[in-house]
Amino acid sequence: MTAAPQTRERRRLRGLPGFYAVVMRTAVQSQFQYRTANYLYMLGMIAEPVVYLVVWSAVADAQGGAVEGITAGEFAAYYIVWTLVRNMNVVFTPYGWEQRIRQGELSGQLLLPVHPLHYDLAYFAGWKFVVILLWIPIAAVLTLVFSPVFDVTALELLVFVLAIWGAYLIRSLLLEALGMITFWTTRVSALYQLWFTAELLLSGRLLPLALLPGWAQTVAAWSPFPSTFGFPIEALVGNLSTGQLWAGIGVQLIWIGVGTLLATGVFRLGVRRYGAVGN
Amino acid sequence: MDAASRSDQPAIRVRDLRKTFRVAERDAGLAASIRGLVRRTHRDVEAVAGVSFDVASGEVVGFLGANGAGKTTMLKMLSGLLFPTSGEVSVLGHTPSRREREFLRRITLVMGNRNQLQWDIPALDSFEMNRAVYRIPDAEFRRTRDELVELLEIGDLVRKPVRNLSLGERMKAEIAASLLHRPQVLFLDEPTIGLDVTAQKRIRGFLAEYNRRTGASILLTSHYMADVQALCSRVVVIDAGAVLYDGGLRALTTRFSPHQTITVQLPEGVTDLSGYGEVVESSPDGRTSLRVPTAEASAVAARLLADHRVSGLTIEDPPIEDVIERVFAGRPSAPVPS
Repeated sequence: MTAAPQTRERRRLRGLPGFYAVVMRTAVQSQFQYRTANYLYMLGMIAEPVVYLVVWSAVADAQGGAVEGITAGEFAAYYIVWTLVRNMNVVFTPYGWEQRIRQGELSGQLLLPVHPLHYDLAYFAGWKFVVILLWIPIAAVLTLVFSPVFDVTALELLVFVLAIWGAYLIRSLLLEALGMITFWTTRVSALYQLWFTAELLLSGRLLPLALLPGWAQTVAAWSPFPSTFGFPIEALVGNLSTGQLWAGIGVQLIWIGVGTLLATGVFRLGVRRYGAVGN
Repeated sequence: MDAASRSDQPAIRVRDLRKTFRVAERDAGLAASIRGLVRRTHRDVEAVAGVSFDVASGEVVGFLGANGAGKTTMLKMLSGLLFPTSGEVSVLGHTPSRREREFLRRITLVMGNRNQLQWDIPALDSFEMNRAVYRIPDAEFRRTRDELVELLEIGDLVRKPVRNLSLGERMKAEIAASLLHRPQVLFLDEPTIGLDVTAQKRIRGFLAEYNRRTGASILLTSHYMADVQALCSRVVVIDAGAVLYDGGLRALTTRFSPHQTITVQLPEGVTDLSGYGEVVESSPDGRTSLRVPTAEASAVAARLLADHRVSGLTIEDPPIEDVIERVFAGRPSAPVPS
C-alpha cells in the first residue's frame, strides 16, 4: 500500500463512526444467533403494555368511553407505540456495571483505546435494529386486536424518530452513571430499584402523564423521565403543538448533556478505584 | 518496528512502585456478619512494596513469584488497569494510569483467564472489531491477521463461534486478537494456563517468533517454568511485593541453588559413592545421582573418572522448578557433604 492511500485510509478510520458501525454490526450478528430467544423476549416485552392496555380500556369503557379525555382507541395507540419506545429504552443497566466491576470484566474494556461508554452505546444501538425488525409483526397484531386511533403528521413522525433515539441516549447515559457508582459501593442494585420505581411512575410508562395528579406532573417535568418515555410517545400519538414538539427535543438535548457530563465525570473519578479483581 | 529501530531508552521503567489495597475483614459466622453491619474493620495490604526495574526494547523478561506475590498486580499497573499508590511507571514513555489512547494502542495484556472475544460470533468478527477499535488500515489488518492465523495455525477455528472452541483453541484466538494491532509491549499473565503440552509449546514458539520479528518487549508471568526457560533470558523474582532477584536464569540457579547433580553410570553395578557427595538416587543397573556443590563439581567428576571405570557421566543444574521453590522458601541450599 502506498503512502497516500494509507493516509486517506487512516483519515477515513479516524473518529468514531467506523467503530460504531462495526460494533453495531457485531451486535446484530450476535442477536441473530438466538432467534427463538429474541421472539420469546419480544413476547415478554408486550405482556406489560397489554395488561395496562386492557385495564385502561376497561376503565374507559366503564366511564362512558374515555378517561380524562383519553379514549380506548387513544389508549391503544399509546401502548402500541409504548412497545417500541420500551424497546428503545433497553440499555446497558446498572446490573451490568455491577457485574463488570465486581467480577473484573471491565479490565478488557479498559485496555482498549475507546471509552467503554462508546462500546455500550454502539452495541445497544445495533441491537435496536434487531428489535425494531421483530417489533413490526407484533405491532401489526396489536393493531388488529385493539384498533388504535392514529392521526400522525409528517412533523410528528420526524420528531418521534428523533425522540426515540434521544430517549435511548438519555436513559443510556444516566443508567451508565448510576451503574458506575459500583466503583464505590460494589453493589448498586438497591439504588437502581429506587430509580426504577420513580421512573415507572414519572416517565409515562405505567400510565400516560396526563393521568398523574398535578403535583406529580410538576415533579415529573423537572426529572429526565418523561424525556425517555412519555415525550416520544406523546410526540407521535398526542396532540402536541409544533412548539411543544421542538421544546421536547430541546429538553432531551439538555438531558443528553447532563447525562454525558455525569457519565464521563463519574467514570473519571471512579476508575481510579477500580480493583481489577477476579481477572 | 524492527530490531534496528530499538531505542536505548528502556521500554519499561519502574521506580519504587507501590500498591496498597484496603480490604474489609471479618470473622466467619452469622454473629460476625451482623457485627459487620455496624462496625467494619479494614486492613491495608501492600501488594507491591517498592519495586524497581527496567525492561529494554525487545527484551523478554519472566516475572516469577508464588501465588499472591504481586505479579499480576504489577502487570495491571503497568498496563494502566490499576492506579499505583506511589512510585513511578513509564511504559514506552507513557504513564499507564493515564490510559492515553496512544499508549493503549501500543500495548497489550493477555491474561490466561480473560475473554475478550465475542462469545456468540466467530473470532474473525471479533478481529474485525479490533480493527475498528485500533483503527488499523485494511491492508495492514489483513496482512497481520493472516500472519497470526498462520503462525498460530487457527485457520479452521476462526470461523466457528467462539463458544464452540476448546480452551486451548480459544486461547490461541485470544492471543491473535491481542496482537492484531502489533503492540510494542506485551504483558502476558499466564498465557498458557490450562493448555495441553502441544498448545503450550506452540504458543511459546509463536511468542518467540513474534519477539524476533517485531522487536517487541515482553513481560511474562507463568507458573510453567518451561515457558520461562523457552522465552526469557532474564527473570525478576518477586516475593511479598518486593523484588527478590533480578538477573539471568543461569545466575538464579547459581545463586539460589549452589549445587549440581552428577549422574554417573558404572558397569560394575551398584557401588557406594557416598564419599563423593550426597547420593540422591541409586539404581541396580549402576546408575547413581550425586548432589555436589557447584564449585566442586568438576573436581568430583575428575575423581570419579580416575577412581572408577565409568561408562557415562553428566553434570546438570537442578530443575528450575526446584530452584524457584528454594527461592520462595527463602532458604539457602541444604549443606552438601563433599
